[in-house]
Amino acid sequence: MQHTHISTTINGQPVEYACANDASLLEVLRDQLGMTGTKEGCGSGDCGACSISLDNRLVCACLVLGVEAQGRHVETIEGMADKNNLHILQTKFLEHAALQCGICTPGILVAARALLAKHPDPTETQVRYWLAGNLCRCTGYDKIIRAVLAAAQAMREEPA
Amino acid sequence: MSQYKARKFNVVGQRLQRPDGIDKVTGRARYGADMDAAGMLHAKVLRSPHAHARIISIDTSAAAALPGVMAVITRADFPLASGEYIDLLDHCMAGDRALYDGHAVAAVAATSKRLAKQALKLIKVDYELLPHVTDIEAAIAPGAPVIHAGVVGRGVPKGYSDNVTRFRSFGHGDIEAGFQQADVVVERTYRTEATHQGYIEPHACVATMGMDGRGDLWVCTQGHFAIRNMCAAILGMESASLRVTASEIGGGFGGKTTVCIEPLALALAKKSGRAVKLVMTRDEVLRATGPTVSTLMHVKLGMNQAGRITAAYAQLFYQSGAYRGYAADFGAMPAFAPYALENVHTEGFDVMTNRPKSAAYRAPGAPPACYAAESAIDEAAHQLGLDPLAVRLLNAAREGSKSSYGPTYAAHGLVECLQAAQQHPHWRAPLGENMGRGIAAGFWFNFGGDTCVSAFLNPDGSISVSEGNPDIGGSRASISMMVAEEMGIPYEQVRTTVADTGSMGQNEPTHGSRVTFAVGLAAIKSARAIIAEIRHRLAQLWEVDIDSVVWQQGCASCTDPNSEHKAPMDLRQVAAIASNTGGPIGGHHEVNAEGAGVSFGVHIADTEVDPQTGHISIKRYTVIQDAGKAIQPDYVEGQLQGGAVQGIGWALNEEYIYGEDGRLQNSGFLDYRIPVASDLPMIDTVIVEVPNPGHPYGVRGVGETPIVPPLAAVANAVTAATGVRQVHLPMSPPRVLAGLQAK
Repeated sequence: MQHTHISTTINGQPVEYACANDASLLEVLRDQLGMTGTKEGCGSGDCGACSISLDNRLVCACLVLGVEAQGRHVETIEGMADKNNLHILQTKFLEHAALQCGICTPGILVAARALLAKHPDPTETQVRYWLAGNLCRCTGYDKIIRAVLAAAQAMREEPA
Repeated sequence: MSQYKARKFNVVGQRLQRPDGIDKVTGRARYGADMDAAGMLHAKVLRSPHAHARIISIDTSAAAALPGVMAVITRADFPLASGEYIDLLDHCMAGDRALYDGHAVAAVAATSKRLAKQALKLIKVDYELLPHVTDIEAAIAPGAPVIHAGVVGRGVPKGYSDNVTRFRSFGHGDIEAGFQQADVVVERTYRTEATHQGYIEPHACVATMGMDGRGDLWVCTQGHFAIRNMCAAILGMESASLRVTASEIGGGFGGKTTVCIEPLALALAKKSGRAVKLVMTRDEVLRATGPTVSTLMHVKLGMNQAGRITAAYAQLFYQSGAYRGYAADFGAMPAFAPYALENVHTEGFDVMTNRPKSAAYRAPGAPPACYAAESAIDEAAHQLGLDPLAVRLLNAAREGSKSSYGPTYAAHGLVECLQAAQQHPHWRAPLGENMGRGIAAGFWFNFGGDTCVSAFLNPDGSISVSEGNPDIGGSRASISMMVAEEMGIPYEQVRTTVADTGSMGQNEPTHGSRVTFAVGLAAIKSARAIIAEIRHRLAQLWEVDIDSVVWQQGCASCTDPNSEHKAPMDLRQVAAIASNTGGPIGGHHEVNAEGAGVSFGVHIADTEVDPQTGHISIKRYTVIQDAGKAIQPDYVEGQLQGGAVQGIGWALNEEYIYGEDGRLQNSGFLDYRIPVASDLPMIDTVIVEVPNPGHPYGVRGVGETPIVPPLAAVANAVTAATGVRQVHLPMSPPRVLAGLQAK
């Protein structure tokens, strides 16, 4: 398989890699760059565990090729906290016990951040439909929805 | 003997944050597939595309010759030929027959995933197709293709095929006499389809095996000691030679209590002399792990005009996949467990088919049995014009009631749960058009089992706790909280770690809702052992009687009026004198924990049915359950909500669909659809606390009971909304619509 040299930006930092032309961005992140915070649950875009943002658009990293990151901005869970300061969403997920096993959590946090960037004051229904592409098998979603709504309120009151 | 003693809690009951929380919200937590080893190879598994086939030959020569391929294995690489573990090995790697679509027939380890995949295509398997059966009704009929001849257990009634491998019956009284006393007798056949545990993390492991025959395994599992024991037996190793470390686990629900890929990874590591990583795809997870049972159930129930159940009978067939099942007992026992009955009889059957070996799924066997039993109670109450909740309260088992499966109940909270349901605003809320409300009670035994805990006083006065159970729902927090409570110190001063199999004695897996109960009990006793040792040391140091050294609020003090030692000593001060008074201070406890304490739950569901499409929406849902004592209420609520939603998925959309060819048709999350956020309302919870006499703090396991009532609660709600008794789960739109049109 032919490889291509890629220059991209991940979580604000310049990154270069050579990847097989058929490698997904998820494979590049996890296997080549050691960024295992982004999870693989299905490899077919059905579970949302690999949610990342690409030029501020929410995507499944398993459905994007590694070569497509050329010249673009990738944001993953690893870039969500500012050094030792958690993002408000992360704080609210802990406060509301919005995770159990935690395997879906990175994808849901990335997806929720994308939601709040677009809709800072979402209704419960909006949150539920926005997160409908992120499967969670442990929580029944209740505490996740509450955490996202609480984070939205906190971010409106005290912009990050 | 009662372990429970009423007390005021300082730490227990608070909503404290879990120690693994920050790692899990930042992506730092390491799950099965997140581990790499130096020089690691990647493995892939070749799986049978046939439901049932004789394997005439496997030619691996072309695959082995591909540059970059370091090892190829088939069943010939496993010398184990008989005994307790042979079914497990056969499930991991087929012998002379492939028994289901997805059954492993060979595996490859290569220098890259791409090469391993390429090598699979070079393996030539010559199959001879055999007749297959995937449907439970066809499988039990005489003349059905038999999966394994000669494994029928004692007592199985005549008239069935040899696929019926196990029969168990329970009950007491005279059901025929009971049916005579009834004013209404309802009788129906119910069916449920197989579901998958649906954990989001596929099975994954990294295996290494040294030339000295000693191995290490990193794996996502609910029980690394069980994995260690199974792998060592399958590979012919001593347990001490295989050290297994549990990764963070991305969901299990019973499905990660057994082996599926781990023996293959170890065999490939042994053959290649390299570390081997093996990660399943979602398709493999659905085709070759889990799933749960499917069922065929006949229930007959008699009720008198007062609402008293006069007789109850259930005949329950459980489809267990291609190996002997587990559900005959676990299904037949809990079916009518919530009720004090004079005449009850239940029968459970395990049935083999050409499907993957069924695995435990949260209260394994109970949800379908509860669905059938609670549907019958609902129907009888409806026919008599009685309130279904009042009927359940009238018949409810109490402390001292003889259970439907034999034992007499100790104190439990079923009546309190039913009363909480009566008082809940949900029970009286108005319903809209096309809506119906359903209620169901459910039961699970809960389990204790073999458990080891060690706790240590560190030189700075903090406490480290080692335990052997993968943390699947916040148990490290709960165990730290119990130790902090017992020692009278802040939660933050205690850290609990899940130790590897080389560092602890045998532990049962994280199953049976056992961890907060059994590991908690052993942790409390370990803390008590530390306190006892501290008192012993200080009695010697202070030259007083040990009874004069008391432990209160995290400090030792002397109550002997003649002693000059008046200032209390905290853990930091105790730690400072440990070395000079005999050495490091620790406490440990090893136990087969008894007295787990049953847990009952009551669920209320409101559903709306679209008469045009048969689509069902859950409009409101309430879970009420006895937790004995909720150590961390957030995590108890999380179990109640998560279990309820898994049950809702089972009731409404989840289903293994097999074609005529015996192949699974929906092996992905697109077609095997688990509930998503937009399918659901908030899941309201009420925690009832009737202390379990078998635990020092009154804890009952809570993890499994919440999946037991939802199938029935939702089916009863849909029945109320449509006037059509729902007898086949899942209630997919075509099934519901067909029922509406036939009305």
